Amino acid sequence: MSVRDYVTVRVGGHLFGIEALSIQDVFYPRNITPVPLAAHEILGVLNLRGRIVTAVCARRRLGLQPREAGAPEPKAVGIEVGGDNYGLIVDQVESVMKLDSDEMIPPPDNLPPRWAEIIPGVFRLPGSLLVVFDAPRLLTAGLQLGVAA
Amino acid sequence: MDDLISDFLTEANESLEVIDIELVRFEAHPDDRPALDKIFRLVHTLKGTCGFLGLGRLEALAHAGETLLGRFRDGKLQVSGEAVTLVLKSIDRIKTVIDGLGATGAEPAGDDADLISALEAMAMGAPSPLTPEPEPEPEPQVEGYDPVLGRALRPGEVSTADLDAAFAAAEGPADFAPPLLAEPAMPPAETRPVDSAEEDAAPVAAAQSIRVGVDVLEDMMTLVSELVLTRNQLLQINRGRSDDSFSPPLQRLSTITGELQDSVMKTRMQPIGQAWKKLPRIIRDLANELDKKIDLVLEGEATELDRQVLEQIRDPLTHMVRNSADHGLEGPADRRAAGKAETGTIHLSAYHEGGSIVIRLRDDGRGLDTARIREKAIEKGLLTRSDAEALTESQVHRLIFAPGFSTAAAVTNVSGRGVGMDVVRSNIEQIGGQIDLQSTFGSGCTVTIKIPLTLAIISALIVGASGERFAVPQGAVLELIKIGEGAEHRTEVIEQVRMVRLREELVPLIDLGSELGLSQAIQPSFVIIMKVGSHRFGVLVEEVIDTEEIVVKPLASVLRNISVFSGATLLGDGSVVLIIEPNGLSQRAGEMPQAARRAIDAAATNNEEAKVERKTMLLVRVGSGALKAVELGQITRLEHVPVGELQHLGSRAALQYRGKLMPVLCVDEDQRLKTEGVQPLLVVAGMLYTMGLAVDRIVDVVETPVTIELSPTKTGIIGTALINGRATEVIDLDHFMIMALAEHARTGQADQAQEAA
Repeated sequence: MSVRDYVTVRVGGHLFGIEALSIQDVFYPRNITPVPLAAHEILGVLNLRGRIVTAVCARRRLGLQPREAGAPEPKAVGIEVGGDNYGLIVDQVESVMKLDSDEMIPPPDNLPPRWAEIIPGVFRLPGSLLVVFDAPRLLTAGLQLGVAA
Repeated sequence: MDDLISDFLTEANESLEVIDIELVRFEAHPDDRPALDKIFRLVHTLKGTCGFLGLGRLEALAHAGETLLGRFRDGKLQVSGEAVTLVLKSIDRIKTVIDGLGATGAEPAGDDADLISALEAMAMGAPSPLTPEPEPEPEPQVEGYDPVLGRALRPGEVSTADLDAAFAAAEGPADFAPPLLAEPAMPPAETRPVDSAEEDAAPVAAAQSIRVGVDVLEDMMTLVSELVLTRNQLLQINRGRSDDSFSPPLQRLSTITGELQDSVMKTRMQPIGQAWKKLPRIIRDLANELDKKIDLVLEGEATELDRQVLEQIRDPLTHMVRNSADHGLEGPADRRAAGKAETGTIHLSAYHEGGSIVIRLRDDGRGLDTARIREKAIEKGLLTRSDAEALTESQVHRLIFAPGFSTAAAVTNVSGRGVGMDVVRSNIEQIGGQIDLQSTFGSGCTVTIKIPLTLAIISALIVGASGERFAVPQGAVLELIKIGEGAEHRTEVIEQVRMVRLREELVPLIDLGSELGLSQAIQPSFVIIMKVGSHRFGVLVEEVIDTEEIVVKPLASVLRNISVFSGATLLGDGSVVLIIEPNGLSQRAGEMPQAARRAIDAAATNNEEAKVERKTMLLVRVGSGALKAVELGQITRLEHVPVGELQHLGSRAALQYRGKLMPVLCVDEDQRLKTEGVQPLLVVAGMLYTMGLAVDRIVDVVETPVTIELSPTKTGIIGTALINGRATEVIDLDHFMIMALAEHARTGQADQAQEAA
């Protein structure tokens, strides 16, 4: 039995979990400077207390529809990967759940490929499913191939 | 890894570097006693530490090396290149073992019996003929039995007596009393009195510095950068306030931050000599291996630059020096045949220039073989024959920077593996540097590298394009020109490429916004002329906002492959701005239709042809050297003056010429004025005064197209020009005019001349 904390976030109506230990902070992503020629999923870079943070859009990453007009301001989950600071832009950060990682089950086989590579497993919650993100993979895998190098 | 071991590794590597340098010096000056003592002491310390840490393999190696060095010290063995090579070899082996130790934490397995026995054999070798009567061994047990220890020596041990002698002889703190021995077994003659002059010369600065981890310095740098940005932000906020009660403390904060930034930057600075430490050894080994005589001259070792930059240029520099030694310099026989000194010289110098450091590597070897490079480039498919024929000489020379290019006919142990100057170039460009090269066939090659002093803080131009702001490093900016209505310059489209005509040359333009996939500039109003390597291009932007000292921050790994950005920075208002990478932009600007490129080349060639005008040159012989040239048009008269008319004032000479005293100057240092007959003079009249330039003989007058290759290596010479198929030095008349002015001032003639004028 190994209980871990998972922060749950909502993206396009789906509930996702991110291991709490990997999250540094939660903030409002404001004043983003777009990076031309970067991958579509990368919204740009922003200044978070003197650090340069690369903002990655979770909706675009998962191939979901863009947010509707008039939706509440999105939030960013700050995660460090390989010494770089990233902010994963999500619709809402909800709560922290204690879950036994032994109970995590492999993701269903029929996941779309762009989901499969970043989802190590799923938890069965009463009445719903919590899909777990592999945050480092989610933020960096396959994004190097921008529009042009 | 064990702390003890990691400390040992740092120290051992430093010691080994010093040993390398000292050994090479010692070989050249075998009577350099302090050098030998220093080597001996370092090797001994190394051995001792190894023994303490239980590193048997290292200890045995160091011991064998020490024994041989001990024989040098005692004067029982004469220093020979062979012996030094052997010691260097054992130092290399020690390095290998230490590297293994660093990688795995344990001594790698291996057998050093070969080296140890070679070292021992050398140490036991015939006594030096200089000391036909070997000193009586103090005790029969010197090699085997130690009276202080009271037992036989184990392999790898030195007798206590030898040890004490070594310590007494080595330089050390001045106030340290010589160790007292409990056992009077050591004959007093063994202790060499410490030379007080040596003692004084020994650096006592050791206590003035402390060792600090690099990560601590890096952290400090990051924190200071943050502080600078916060300060900028505060200043900006304060500017918008009516209440100025914050201004004085803010001003103070600002000053202190600036000073702090300077101090922290200084901790990152290291002398470039750090990157050169290994070179004397490398050159020595190469010279032996290639059977060449090479003199390595280092200049400006104390020039400081950022640690990070230093690390990045270490390998490229080493590579280039190897290249010079291997390909550049000829063997002694070839050099003799070419009328050069047998010993080739590699001259490496560094100096500061603005915010950059310039490193120049010059050799007096054979220079680049233009024809061979051309053939090779065609053979490698880098360009077609017709393209190759069209290239100018210096364009051909730059081909050696092309990927996969190597001219060495044979792959030697030293270089010529096809990874060469292109790697050097890309390393240099990675740190925002530039590399260029000039070569004269037969007389040598000079490579010039210009790199920024630091990568952490750079001066940048903040520009606006397509509604976004970008930072352009000033280092790559040649000039800024205004275009559009009412401006002096305007852009035109030639062969579908937008260009600007700048001093009769066409400069291709790129639109920053559209290059970056943003919208095209509606009304570009500025062109930033940039130069990367030899490639010049203009960047169209909408506005130029500011110049600012920016702190470079790296981009996240997912953005690092975008070649047009080198990083990001925070501006005073807290927003993030991307930093343009000139090299990346240059590649994009380089992509254009052939026709457009031809138009640019044509404009450039026209311009060059216009520059290469035919001139009438006067050829003269001066001193013992080759013929020198001077443009006839600049000479007012040629005179042949009877030597009796020359007045000698000390070392200077003058001539009463048309009612005035005219100074007579010599062109060359080893030139002497004639003592009989007539002295040929070139009379040059300036606005206010005239001078006479003495030559030995006026040889010829030729009309020829002249391109002067500027090479300010000698005073009084502008450069060289190809005249009658020979490289001829062209005399710098301006230089002599200034000297003549000084002469005039000295004799008070300038005043008279002014009155007359």
